[in-house]
Amino acid sequence: MSVYYLDLLSALGINILLGLSVYSPMATGQLSLGNAGFMAIGAYVSAILTVHLRLPLFPSLVTAGVIAGIFGILVGFPALRLRGVFLAMATLGFGEIVRNFFMNFLGHVTGGAYGFRGIGDTPISILWIWSWVIFFLFFFFVLSRSRLGLTMLATHDDETVSELIGINIVFLKIGAFGLGAFVAGVAGGLHAHYYLYTEPEFFNVWKSIHMVLFVIMGGMLTFWGGVFGAGVFTLLPEFLRFLHDWRGAFFGVMIIGIMIARPYGLLTREIVRFDFWLPSQREKRL
Amino acid sequence: MSGKPILTLTGVSKNFGGLLAVNNLSLKVHKEQICGLIGPNGAGKTTVFNLITGVYSCTKGSILSEGVDLARLKPYHITRSGLARTFQTIRLFKNMTTWEHVMVGQGFRPRSDARGLSLFSQTERRNLRDEAKEILILLGLWEMRQWKASILPYGIQRKVEIARALALRPKLLLLDEPTAGLNIQETKELLKTLNKIHELGITILIIEHDMRVIMELCDHIFVLNFGQKIAEGTPSQIRVNEQVIEAYLGREE
Repeated sequence: MSVYYLDLLSALGINILLGLSVYSPMATGQLSLGNAGFMAIGAYVSAILTVHLRLPLFPSLVTAGVIAGIFGILVGFPALRLRGVFLAMATLGFGEIVRNFFMNFLGHVTGGAYGFRGIGDTPISILWIWSWVIFFLFFFFVLSRSRLGLTMLATHDDETVSELIGINIVFLKIGAFGLGAFVAGVAGGLHAHYYLYTEPEFFNVWKSIHMVLFVIMGGMLTFWGGVFGAGVFTLLPEFLRFLHDWRGAFFGVMIIGIMIARPYGLLTREIVRFDFWLPSQREKRL
Repeated sequence: MSGKPILTLTGVSKNFGGLLAVNNLSLKVHKEQICGLIGPNGAGKTTVFNLITGVYSCTKGSILSEGVDLARLKPYHITRSGLARTFQTIRLFKNMTTWEHVMVGQGFRPRSDARGLSLFSQTERRNLRDEAKEILILLGLWEMRQWKASILPYGIQRKVEIARALALRPKLLLLDEPTAGLNIQETKELLKTLNKIHELGITILIIEHDMRVIMELCDHIFVLNFGQKIAEGTPSQIRVNEQVIEAYLGREE
């Protein structure tokens, strides 16, 4: 395969992880605009571990994910009291804090605004990225089929009632936030080690908005939505290259069109379960 | 009176700012009874439900269920201790099917046996599925189990709410105006269903405006007005109670 397709596929893999990382809190009704912050934490922590502490890649990635997850849980607590736009603003603020932290502090370790160079010793192939993608896809698939997944949907639909039918929504919402941050952290680590370089500007607000768009476009009620959205957003701009200067504008129009035609996103739970065209299957399942 | 008290409210009060929504309310619901909670609009009936289920915390007083003080517990703990409720305005999960409503309820029933891991065993899962099927058939929802609950007709949605509550396998079921918005036929059907539920050994506390339903269904009735209990007794006692008639119809000058 040519380098172009390899890069495209690895970008796709990382974007799928980012889509899942936004889906997780959103599945419990929390909009996070700060996932680029978790991604930055993952990228920098894993890079510091492999470059400065000479740890192997796998434990570095896991540690980076866990540390990002812990930050996710910490952010999850104040997030409990916030809703909708206010939560979006608060998480956006968190993302900016992280970006500015890596911009202005730890410069002797991470290179500050000049970027983190020298991640060359532990390069990863596209297989690394896609093994993680497959692992997380499997994880979210099991989650979506479980009762825990159903309770997440319940919390998304109506928190008060959820609590009254026995769901510990505090635990669930913070857990979902932490899980999302963990996935974002791993994605950040993979990003840094694939491109062998990272800098604070990678993790700006636009990056966070991008991930949220994956989920909103793809469908926020099933994890396949985030995956599909990531696919569309990564691949479609490439297929639209023949439009030249009109590419960006066309893409914008398409986003508006999707939102009008399918306000819940391209994939809904019904589509994922093949509920429309396989009524006989539907009967068999019970 | 049958059985021991399953729910005991002692001197319960609730203030909303200056408004005394529930004032020094004491009542006892006994096991295997169907109790009615009635009163004019704004009497504080739903507030009482919200206090029992932990949506609001009491300003004063205690709520005991089988020796456990519910006032100290979080709503989800209260539910897991064996209380389930429905809502005056229907509140279903808009993205879930009828079947899933029952499934999600089943996750949090009070269980003395092993939790958590037992869900991974095939037999446990099959038992839950069979039980969900029973609940759906009992309420006549089996045919629409794969429909999104939010697109079902109003009367059916009421039943889905009851199914979800039943899936929690409660000892005490709190129903907040289950017949509101139903036609006569649907109300009759619901009455039959409630009797069947009662036969399963579930105690019911019901808020209702339809007096025929209350008189037909209940063993014991509490009457609330302006947050205070003004009467309690059997349906025949309540029917002739002067204070109750006054509260509903006004005093003759």
